[in-house]
Amino acid sequence: MKDKFKETAIVIAQEEIATGVFSMWLKTDRIAAEAKAGQFISVYCREGSRLLPRPISICEIDTADSALRIVYRVVGQGTEEFSKMNTGSQIEILGPLGNGFPLKERKAFLIGGGIGIPPMLALAKELDCEKNIILGYKDELFLQDELAEHGNIYIATEDGSCGTKGNVLDAIRENALEADIIYACGPTPMLRAIKEYAAEKDIETWLSLEEKMACGIGACLACVCKSKETDSHTNVHNKRICKDGPVFLAEEVEI
Amino acid sequence: MNTRINLAGVELKNPVTTASGTFGSGEEYSEFVNLSRLGGVVTKGVANIPWEGNPTPRIAETYGGMINAIGLQNPGIEVFVQRDIPFLKQFDTKIIVNVCGKTTEDYCEVVERLADQPVDLLEINVSCPNVKEGGIAFGQDPKCLEAITKEIKKRAKQPIIMKLSPNVTDITEMARAAEAGGADVLSLINTLTGMKIDINKRAFAVANKTGGLSGPAIKPVAVRMVYQVANAVSLPIIGMGGIMNAEDAIEFILAGATAISVGTANFVNPGVTEEIVNGIEEYMRKYNVKDINELIGAVR
Repeated sequence: MKDKFKETAIVIAQEEIATGVFSMWLKTDRIAAEAKAGQFISVYCREGSRLLPRPISICEIDTADSALRIVYRVVGQGTEEFSKMNTGSQIEILGPLGNGFPLKERKAFLIGGGIGIPPMLALAKELDCEKNIILGYKDELFLQDELAEHGNIYIATEDGSCGTKGNVLDAIRENALEADIIYACGPTPMLRAIKEYAAEKDIETWLSLEEKMACGIGACLACVCKSKETDSHTNVHNKRICKDGPVFLAEEVEI
Repeated sequence: MNTRINLAGVELKNPVTTASGTFGSGEEYSEFVNLSRLGGVVTKGVANIPWEGNPTPRIAETYGGMINAIGLQNPGIEVFVQRDIPFLKQFDTKIIVNVCGKTTEDYCEVVERLADQPVDLLEINVSCPNVKEGGIAFGQDPKCLEAITKEIKKRAKQPIIMKLSPNVTDITEMARAAEAGGADVLSLINTLTGMKIDINKRAFAVANKTGGLSGPAIKPVAVRMVYQVANAVSLPIIGMGGIMNAEDAIEFILAGATAISVGTANFVNPGVTEEIVNGIEEYMRKYNVKDINELIGAVR
């Protein structure tokens, strides 16, 4: 059954919400109706020399208006191009891609680090349970007020300018927080530390991974991660992040 | 208007095929493309046993192209025979299986396993730049290439396509070696060995350090090599290297390719192969070409 679509979306609004971090609302034809928290879209550049789509996580889903929100950081020429788009601009996208977060309504940690924070907003809106939302930043904050509407917010900053000085696990320990389930997205060292923490405490943990992608649909095998068991599709110890993920049960993957 | 072409006795409804490694076994792309509209599907390389492939990152974008070093990750021939061939049999398209290996015996084992399978052609990958053993080692020495072609040809029940590497001094020498070894068809070009360095991280952009450059950046090299090989041997050629649209496909056909493969363009637009089929028909109508075979090697 067809569940992903290539569309020309229209930029509804775009603003810079922190230095180099942009929030873009897109009007879609069918993608928003199919999208779930934790999934992503492939965003294509207009400049023909940039061939590969940029995978960007979904930050909010507005099914009533068939709109999607993405929040991304400008890290290269592709995202720079997106950041220059104005209301009414057309942009090619493919999605929704990947599996998304399983919605299990138990006392939860939603942990986001840096540009891994945006998908936590879509998840926080969908999950109806006690939520401790732990956000890690280098220095400048974004999305913290919107996330605060959906749970208790704890912040960690590397420079100590806000909340706990240190990382998200430091914030969890400092505030003596506890959870029955963990959802996390962010840089690999953060995910690795969370995986270790969760294994110690025996907490079910879902991690959203990231890797350089080409096709975005599971064909090219560029964005694999190591899996503990032989994967049923690849028949080796590799899972496809774009298709089998990006969300994996922590003990399934080696990071 | 006739778009049918013939590769060693196998008739394709049109010259458009998928380039190995960019299209899996078609399943993922079947949401975007009616595979029955394609002349053939060339599968990702399959070996006698499962291969894990290279560490990540496996790809990097470059100006007008990309570098990949996937390392021929594949599930092995048994899973392929049981899952991928039945999937492709649902469509009215030719099945072209890309075969990879580390030793001559590995290749022969796969070829023999496919003997009784409903597969139309075998493409022998002796040109992958991203695996340390086998692969390109066979494709850069004319004597080795001729020898492995002979061994495979002895065992193959389907016509064999030898896929040539551009990473050689004289590609016509390799083409002649494959022809002498009994190849039925040649496909070219595989990727050009390249490198990208991330200056911010001061590290190689792909974990394998080097990778294969593909995409429109390599197209002029590919067209030139197809032209040279077409004038050096009498075998039919499947041309590829940076084909993004029907105009590019026609260019390869005019240079001497009987069929073409579309690779990196699938990442830019998952529906591109079917659009190229339509675009070739439009070109033929525009220039009143009755038979696509008139265009093959028409520019001399």
